[in-house]
Amino acid sequence: MSALLTALITGVVFSLGLCVSEMINPARVIGFLDVLGRWDSTLLWVMVAATAVTGIGFPLVTRRNKPVLAASFVLPENSEIDARLIVGSVIFGVGWGLAGLCPGPAIAALASVSPSVLLFVVAMGAGQWLASMLER
Amino acid sequence: MEVNLIGGLIGGAMIGVASVLMLLLIGRIAGVSGIFGGALFFRAVEDVPWRVAFIVGLILGAVLYRQLWAPLVIEMQVQGPMLVIAGLLVGFGTRLGSGCTSGHGVCGIARRSKRSFTATLIFIAVAMATVFIVRHVVS
Repeated sequence: MSALLTALITGVVFSLGLCVSEMINPARVIGFLDVLGRWDSTLLWVMVAATAVTGIGFPLVTRRNKPVLAASFVLPENSEIDARLIVGSVIFGVGWGLAGLCPGPAIAALASVSPSVLLFVVAMGAGQWLASMLER
Repeated sequence: MEVNLIGGLIGGAMIGVASVLMLLLIGRIAGVSGIFGGALFFRAVEDVPWRVAFIVGLILGAVLYRQLWAPLVIEMQVQGPMLVIAGLLVGFGTRLGSGCTSGHGVCGIARRSKRSFTATLIFIAVAMATVFIVRHVVS
């Protein structure tokens, strides 16, 4: 139960961060990606602050033998830079550049009850499903 | 738009705090594409509830922000078929590449993962190139 509550609360804090930084607004994201237009550096400051906190916090946390509410840490073990990583990141980059939405902001933006946001999230789920077919 | 330096730094720090809390308390990486995909296409049923709780939290956070603070400004950049194509590409690409802006960007870089660093550089560069083509070449 406490693990579920933790996941819920971290989701809320994460989402409030997306709202406060306006990353929930695709126009802000496109403003950052449009380097040759009127460049908007907001996303850069979001990344700087977020990675400063995780960069300090993660090493402190992983000194522990295990997390507070679970049996063990679940961390990615693959360290190889392979074709899937590169091709996947290229494809994600094209979609992100087209819409200005990545998974976190898209899901948080469902709060607006906008049919276009819902359409995007459904398409995102379908895209994940298609890629998961390749994993078999 | 004017740069939102203060909002960016405070919001970014909140995203960082949420990611550290998730790792500290339940030992997981706060990568939204992975959590979302894992909730939809899970390998083990017991892995689903915390993912769903996190996703509900993402939506609830934006609802709280709107009710208690300010309206949500969400200016969609594309509509119709192009929006669907973009969603498919984001879903397909993040699954194939094992992560998005949060998992590779915020968490992976903090873990000094070469994979995440590479992925982040690639998707930012490609997204910038895509915007360049859409805004300055095609139109």
